[in-house]
Amino acid sequence: MASTTPTDTPPAPPLSPRSGTSTGRAGDKIFSGLSKGSGILLLVIMASIAGFLTYRAAIAISKDEGNFLTTFDWNASADPPVFGIAVLLVGTVISSIVAMVIAVPIAVGIALFISHYAPRRLAAPIAYIVDLLAAVPSIIYGIWGAIVLVPYLAGLNLWLDQYFAWTYIFDQTQPGVARNMLTVGILLAIMILPIVTSVSREVFLQVPRMNEEAALALGATRWEVIRLSVLPFGRSGVISASMLGLGRALGETMAVATVLSPSYLMSLHLLDPGGGTFAQNIAAKFGEANGVGRDALIASGLVLFVLTLLVNGAARLIIARRKEYSGANA
Amino acid sequence: MAKRIDVSGLSAYYGSHRAIDDISMTVEPRSVTAFIGPSGCGKSTFLRTLNRMHEVTPGGRVEGKVLLDDENLYGPNVDPVAVRRTVGMVFQRPNPFPTMSIFDNVAAGLRLNGTVRKSELADVVERSLKGANLWNEVKDRLNKPGSGLSGGQQQRLCIARAIAVEPDVLLMDEPCSALDPISTLAIEDLIGELKERFTIVIVTHNMQQAARVSDRTAFFNLAAVGQPGKLIEIDETERIFSNPSVQATEDYISGRFG
Repeated sequence: MASTTPTDTPPAPPLSPRSGTSTGRAGDKIFSGLSKGSGILLLVIMASIAGFLTYRAAIAISKDEGNFLTTFDWNASADPPVFGIAVLLVGTVISSIVAMVIAVPIAVGIALFISHYAPRRLAAPIAYIVDLLAAVPSIIYGIWGAIVLVPYLAGLNLWLDQYFAWTYIFDQTQPGVARNMLTVGILLAIMILPIVTSVSREVFLQVPRMNEEAALALGATRWEVIRLSVLPFGRSGVISASMLGLGRALGETMAVATVLSPSYLMSLHLLDPGGGTFAQNIAAKFGEANGVGRDALIASGLVLFVLTLLVNGAARLIIARRKEYSGANA
Repeated sequence: MAKRIDVSGLSAYYGSHRAIDDISMTVEPRSVTAFIGPSGCGKSTFLRTLNRMHEVTPGGRVEGKVLLDDENLYGPNVDPVAVRRTVGMVFQRPNPFPTMSIFDNVAAGLRLNGTVRKSELADVVERSLKGANLWNEVKDRLNKPGSGLSGGQQQRLCIARAIAVEPDVLLMDEPCSALDPISTLAIEDLIGELKERFTIVIVTHNMQQAARVSDRTAFFNLAAVGQPGKLIEIDETERIFSNPSVQATEDYISGRFG
């Protein structure tokens, strides 16, 4: 505060974050040691995870008789071991894309409703309920998905196959129960809905009042205010919210493992049972695997780790870039 | 086009708090009317009742009548959105749409009204930017974002955006308070030109500005903090600044309080 009035009496020495360390009091030393130690511990843990994954993955890949990237099979415990991540990579990405396509528009809609449409006494409970969805353990989603969603979606599958088979992805070549990538995607969509909704809602609530009034004063309706002021301001925030949701969808394990009937067949038909994801595959195989089998699963885990890291990195980049769009540079 | 404003018995509330009490006045077409008064006296609130912006504030409520020529803005079948399309507003801080280009900012109101023909938009954008004395400065960068302009240019961009839809009335809420003296002068000159075509109402804290730009001046005051603001008097600007009929007005403009 004093910095704005340079003509005042000599200013007090600046309060740097480190000025406390010079007192040498025991409490300061202990606390600074603790916080420094925690920071270092975190780095050590991260480095050892990365090192462990890379080391074991290298062992597995060196023994792989197939091609780690392109083989459509997973016989890692066999002799010689033959395994590849192609099906898992495609399955992970496809189920996450389906989840995003379904979840993001709904989440944006809910967020807009909470931030701009709902009366206040309704907005708070709805926001709370959406946040509550995030607290449901994923195994519960998995059980619900397997018992309720799978039979329920059989009809939708038939309908999609009947009218949209020409889109290729909705062409059902193997009729059966809906233990397929579409069901997985729908389940993942429900699971990432809360995070995408609450981050989007926060961004929409941050739209400066003056930006909205600019649109209102031009005679914009509520929807036009949203289109002119809220969505352009919130766009990058919604993108980063989606990335956070994507990060969760990529790594989801139990819900996928419970619902999907996995196979190592490469198929882009969303309605056919089969396929798999990294996390689901690890969960399904880890118990019975040993030796190279475990290392192979660890190698696939490393790929998932890198994939998630990339997605989160992209999200952070977009969040950082958002500052330019904030409209605060007026 | 430019229309007469006739306010009678207007009170505005924030929840149960009455911000302005029982205001009546007439604003002549093609003139500039300035609102002056101490902070909190309700002059901005009153301005915002003239285009039904007051009621977008949570708890905002208005009683009374505002006639625009003969149409009551607070009539039972009047759509506030339609009112705001005929009564334009310029705000205290320049607020161009930050992600839109200069062109799109000016065209925003027209597009809301359903104009989509590119040539027609281009014509109106050029005319409006010329009307806001901004055309020569931005004609080579119409596709650049409006937020890249200086504060004074942004405010003139907002004026261009407001006049592009040919409103009947132009409301300005302290349009120069965030600007430097040169930009302020540019806006004041512009107000002098715009009053040929529009009915202009301007809220200002700067009494010299009120004296320079306005034909009539209204002085608002409040009895005490927490009391509703009232219109003390409205008269020819010259009279208000030389020989006001109420003692409080003289005290305020001579700097004895406020």
